[in-house]
Amino acid sequence: MRAGASIARTGALAAGFAFLYGPILLLVIYSFNASRLVAVWGGVSTRWYAALLQDAQLIASVRISLLVAMFSALIATFNGTLAAIALVRFGRFRTRTLFAGAIYAPLVMPEVILGLSLLLLFVALGIERGFWTIVAAHATFTMCFVTVIVQSRLVNFDRALEEAAMDLGAGPVRTFTAITLPLIHPAIAAGFLLAFTLSLDDLVIASFTAGPGSTTLPMRVYSQVRLGVSPEINAISTLMLAVVGIVLLSVAALSRRRAQ
Amino acid sequence: MDSRWTARAHRDWLVLAIPYGWLLIFFLAPFALVLKISLSQSALRQPPYEPVFSWSDSFQSLLGKLSTLSLDSFGGLLSDSLYLESYISSVLIAAVSTIVTLLVAYPFALAIARSSPKIRPILLGLAIAPFWTSFLIRVYAWIAILKDEGLLNHFLLSIGVIDAPLGIFATNTAIVIGIVYSYLPFMLLPLYAAIEGQDPALLEAAADLGASPWRAFSRITLPLSARGIVAGSLLVFIPAVGEFVIPDLLGGSDTLMIGRTLWNDFFLNRDWPTASAAAIVLLILLVGPLLVYERVQLRDERQRA
Repeated sequence: MRAGASIARTGALAAGFAFLYGPILLLVIYSFNASRLVAVWGGVSTRWYAALLQDAQLIASVRISLLVAMFSALIATFNGTLAAIALVRFGRFRTRTLFAGAIYAPLVMPEVILGLSLLLLFVALGIERGFWTIVAAHATFTMCFVTVIVQSRLVNFDRALEEAAMDLGAGPVRTFTAITLPLIHPAIAAGFLLAFTLSLDDLVIASFTAGPGSTTLPMRVYSQVRLGVSPEINAISTLMLAVVGIVLLSVAALSRRRAQ
Repeated sequence: MDSRWTARAHRDWLVLAIPYGWLLIFFLAPFALVLKISLSQSALRQPPYEPVFSWSDSFQSLLGKLSTLSLDSFGGLLSDSLYLESYISSVLIAAVSTIVTLLVAYPFALAIARSSPKIRPILLGLAIAPFWTSFLIRVYAWIAILKDEGLLNHFLLSIGVIDAPLGIFATNTAIVIGIVYSYLPFMLLPLYAAIEGQDPALLEAAADLGASPWRAFSRITLPLSARGIVAGSLLVFIPAVGEFVIPDLLGGSDTLMIGRTLWNDFFLNRDWPTASAAAIVLLILLVGPLLVYERVQLRDERQRA
């Protein structure tokens, strides 16, 4: 009986991981395919990677995406952390339901609605769309993720530590920087990383809020993907996967070392 | 003490006011605008809508204008079978995808939760890791697999299982596959949390009392993970209804999903009032599930606090 359960468990795990990683693995393998045809293997080649380096437009959009992700994640981390503190520490204030609702809603709201509503806001205010409108839009939809992460950390937080600092004469700012911040900073860092990744990945909201000259990497990739499968996209996808993979591995290694 | 208290209250106020202000400007105000524009007449100019209110309107003229508000865009939605069909097919595709995601994710979550505690975090991390990679790329990967001249058909043809390509690409089946694949982590995490938190003694007791493993599962594990099932299903269903990228890349030209129809109306037909009205209707459609989800979230939050 127990052996049967163990076999079933291993089978479920194998099937699950094959489903999750199979398509990604195929994409990576075929980025080294010398042939332009999808299903025909023409030998190993790195020619598509060499072609990427010649693509000035692509490199420009990588730069825009990274900058947008950096600025929007910083704003989202700041706002999201404050919102988490307010939600955990302020108890019941008036319009708390509205506030909490506005924070949780973007977690699941379809992106087309968020994008459309922000575009209409920028048009109504007469703001020309471009780099900073994407930053504002991304900072808005990513802040809820920061809030959720920081909030879960704050809930498990021993408030006696803060009270002790206050009793010993530390002001509220000093207490926050000396006690609260060091204790919740892993959550803040995780929130920042998630906000950064989500911004880097977003196509729909960026498409609504971008202007001419602010084409992000997903927008550039999307315009090429619509034309069909191409080895160049396989190559850029593989590079993006590699970057994410390296970041994830180093975060895992860091948290492991901290745990030991 | 007194002065410190007022100073704290003052700063506390800022802690709330800054994120609240940001959300008011960039989240709540835009929704008011969508509502406003959905009620205005379509006009062919830039921006392509006839403003109903301008910021300098007096209250008096606002009242006057309220009577001229137009429900044309909403009427257009109803008479335009394209939108009606888009709504219905979006909900159907999202519902089917949610059920399939649940069926795929449950055994997977169960297997992770029942593994030894040592490797559990590693398995969970591996299962979540693809979520951190580009959504667009994960959907794109399926084009190469599902296309008629793609990898799956090539493989099946070469081993002789099929004589002609399956023709999955550019159908609703391809969209369901895309949604299940992309949203799997959203289902997996709440399911895992719900299963992993259960007391193992319950299953031992059931076994001691002679229950078969299947009976123990259906009477104990499954009912106790109901909250995970509800949360996971909502997390998949709600965004899937408005999904744009997956139907656009994996669906056919005749695939109707509301996110895509809205996008086309907005970017190709430049009919902003209709697109806004469509967004409002989509939102109304999702209000029920959204409220349920928020209630679950708020209850969780209260329990933790």
